[in-house]
Amino acid sequence: MRNRTVALAQIAPTLGDVRANLERHIEIADRARALGADVVVFPELSLTGYDLQDLVPDVAIPRDGAVLERLAVAAREIDVVAGFVEEDPEHRFYNAAAYLSRGALLHVHRKLHLPTYGLFQEGREFACGDTLRAFGTAHGTTGLLLCEDVWHSPTTWLLAQQGAALVIVAANGPSRGAHPDHGLTSTRVWRDLLRVTARFHTLFVVFVNRVGCEDGLSFDGGSLVVDPLGQVVAELAPLDESIECVSLDADVLRRARTASPLLRDARIEFLHREVGRLRRLRFDLPDEPGAGS
Amino acid sequence: MIDLRIDPAWTAEILERFLRIETQRAGRARVVVGLSGGIDSAVAASLAARALGPTQVVCLALPHRLSSPASLADARSVAEQLGAPFETVDITPIVDGFLQVVGDPGRLRLGNAMARARMMCLFDRSAALDALVLGTSNKTELLLGYGTLHGDLASAINPLGDLYKTQVRALAEHLAIPEAVQRKPPSADLWPNQTDEEDLGVRYADVDRLLWLLIDARAGDATAVAAGFAPERVAWVRARVASMQFKRVPPVVAKVSGRAPGRDFRYPRGGSS
Repeated sequence: MRNRTVALAQIAPTLGDVRANLERHIEIADRARALGADVVVFPELSLTGYDLQDLVPDVAIPRDGAVLERLAVAAREIDVVAGFVEEDPEHRFYNAAAYLSRGALLHVHRKLHLPTYGLFQEGREFACGDTLRAFGTAHGTTGLLLCEDVWHSPTTWLLAQQGAALVIVAANGPSRGAHPDHGLTSTRVWRDLLRVTARFHTLFVVFVNRVGCEDGLSFDGGSLVVDPLGQVVAELAPLDESIECVSLDADVLRRARTASPLLRDARIEFLHREVGRLRRLRFDLPDEPGAGS
Repeated sequence: MIDLRIDPAWTAEILERFLRIETQRAGRARVVVGLSGGIDSAVAASLAARALGPTQVVCLALPHRLSSPASLADARSVAEQLGAPFETVDITPIVDGFLQVVGDPGRLRLGNAMARARMMCLFDRSAALDALVLGTSNKTELLLGYGTLHGDLASAINPLGDLYKTQVRALAEHLAIPEAVQRKPPSADLWPNQTDEEDLGVRYADVDRLLWLLIDARAGDATAVAAGFAPERVAWVRARVASMQFKRVPPVVAKVSGRAPGRDFRYPRGGSS
């Protein structure tokens, strides 16, 4: 990968107001460009807010529609990652994130893992994505994940194997209060998870979490950047909006992968065999001729 | 294993933002809070003063003839310390009028009537001032149902509903609530010398630990007993929490259409109060 400067846009979107959020995105993208960023990353569902419930169809937009086009064109000088509710031609609604570059849509990631437990209801509101693809950008191959996706470690592994040196995680991680031993609880948990993720997969992780409050649900922020050695290289102050630029040094990637050749030593064929075996057991599928057991 | 500790500074930061943002989302700039002279309403008012500015927190003392005079003095000291506007509304004539109509309702129903008279005054004041009514019920009270439906349980926004009494005390210390308010035994003050702990038959320090174990840690009864709680106490708390669910939810709506409010017509609260 090449060195790149990422702007972390830790914002509080306005719930249900795509127009207001869009103008805010354009304004912040301008600011990030002025600060020297190559790419600006907004949180999950940054164009809509989180606790949508029955507002989902009202805020849904197609990936090739006017809203993303306007953002892409207005922010043509900088790459933009923004969260939105995607409506496909068959009227399925997805929790999605777009990567916009040079005035056009480069990639859409549809959230793969929709949390539907405890306070989360995403499985009720959204269809889940079925594919995960790293994609090429001017600064190197990149992967995009949404919040819960990164709690399932195979996602990051797959992106790393597809060549991603940077995984961008856009999130809406809700607050769970604060404990005297470690401050804001959710911030600590995310920090631990992402340090491990970056180190185990030897890649950069850029995590942008929202702030603000929706019907009593608070969001902690605590956006951060972890390098492939697992070091936190930048961390935004929690709870409040802020924009910060962070430079990713490609040399750290090379050093990390030289010292810990975990990517090199991944065994795809072995995993394929074992997953195939689990798949046959779990779904009661017949053995395939010639398949390993 | 049982750990009710909170970081009071960060917790206050979260709650201040909650109060500021939710008040704004409702299109309001101020709140009305009933100050009982107790620790919960003092903490709620203090958080609101930090969030909105003290002049935007209208404090109402709502004494009844039977209320302890010390409660009024303590309420006044809380408002004075915050620099918040303070008003006193005597609810005795309202409650007396009610008694004239219904006769002697007995102690419990009289207490409910007093709590609802206070609610009526708070919501009326909030309408006059274009403000939100600030809730002060804590998590222990909500879980045990220790409160009057449409009385002290009624509010527009409540910063304390996910904090046990023990945790509210930690917050009170952090917020430097007047010592007298922090130290006195919790009381609904609906009749002379009433205390919460006598009403409930439990000590907050104990029941909070048990509730934390059963609710927050999702422990089973056997785990609670192994942690030192009597089996009868565990059973009592479980039954009480379950039987009081009706106080924590909106009224039951019969679904007789394709889309019923609350069931399959679901929207965030949005702009209205």
